[in-house]
Amino acid sequence: MNHLLRRLAPISDAGWELLDDEAGERLCGSLAARRLVDFSGPRGWRHSATNLGRVDAVDSPAADGVSAAQRRVLPLVELRSEFSVSLAELRDNDRGAVDADLQELDVAAQRIAVAENVAVFHGWAKAGIAGIADASPVEAQPLGESAEEYPRSVARAVEALRAVGVDGPYGLALGPDEYTRVIETAEHGGYPLFDHLEKILAGPIVWAPGVKGAVVLSLRGGDFLFESGQDLAIGYSHHDADAVHLYLEESFSFVVATPEAAAPLSP
Amino acid sequence: MGFDQYHEPPEELSPQTRTFARLCASLTEEAEAIGWYEQRLAVETDAEAKAIMSDAQGEEFKHFAMDLEFLLRRSPRWRQICEGVLFKDGDIVEHGEAAEAGSADGGGDADGETGAADGALGIGSLKGAER
Repeated sequence: MNHLLRRLAPISDAGWELLDDEAGERLCGSLAARRLVDFSGPRGWRHSATNLGRVDAVDSPAADGVSAAQRRVLPLVELRSEFSVSLAELRDNDRGAVDADLQELDVAAQRIAVAENVAVFHGWAKAGIAGIADASPVEAQPLGESAEEYPRSVARAVEALRAVGVDGPYGLALGPDEYTRVIETAEHGGYPLFDHLEKILAGPIVWAPGVKGAVVLSLRGGDFLFESGQDLAIGYSHHDADAVHLYLEESFSFVVATPEAAAPLSP
Repeated sequence: MGFDQYHEPPEELSPQTRTFARLCASLTEEAEAIGWYEQRLAVETDAEAKAIMSDAQGEEFKHFAMDLEFLLRRSPRWRQICEGVLFKDGDIVEHGEAAEAGSADGGGDADGETGAADGALGIGSLKGAER
């Protein structure tokens, strides 16, 4: 049994299937960063650091004629989001109920997805992660007060990337409010704004909870590197007479290899 | 070609399991090719032909290694057993038995669905995925 201790949980196979399916469905809709950056792994729970290929000088041990250096690595971070599931709900699922109440799981999934998005797009200084928007040397331009202004802002961001030799296709991560404005808006003549933006980008527009404003970034590959240790999984904490207490967990690192391959747009 | 890498009706299998099965089939083919080149090399007398076949066999080694690494990343119990056996000196069978015993509780393959073996949801990259 691995560290998730799933076999200790009072949950049937059907119950685990229900929980895993629900978590996967919820997470896939919200994990915006994974739609736009390079993903490698999973390399396992024991994988602890990403090789940065660089060294720091250190004092040599006491031996003449010997120089020394120490490898620089980026330690993986662990994210955990806890939730509980009613044992009565799981028993009903085993009986064939199709409307299990998994609200806490849904909330936990959304929380951990937002945390991952924030780390990738806006950084996590204490964990040594520089976010895409924060690392970009391109000064953030305003996305616009109204959705009608978005095409011009996005086109300028794309142009700024092209100008420094960053090829497309490009993707657009949009904060939830901005995304809603886009899908609600049709331009003059009834042409959907969403389609117009996709034509400018030649790439996807992604609903990105946790993102402030928007980020235009190249999808050519090799610029933004997400390394997964343990990919998202449900683990077991403990249980009582009424509920089983579980958690969603993952470990990862994130490296911006080409800061100029993204252009942030402020809300 | 047929679709005989599937032992069960493909429509009843998840995309992850179908991908897993495809890579298992690919792994088998690479191992077969390695064996074929080994035999050809053993009987070939033309040095130039041998050099070409040796180079080709090296490609198959690489393909086999890549297939295997992909599969191990998605099957933690398989990976755990391999970690107990591969690249170690000593008695191979002893290492294998110990690795298997150590993983017996790991649950991986017994859970049926690959990718869910260690509880992982199998999400991975979503680049290019439909919303």
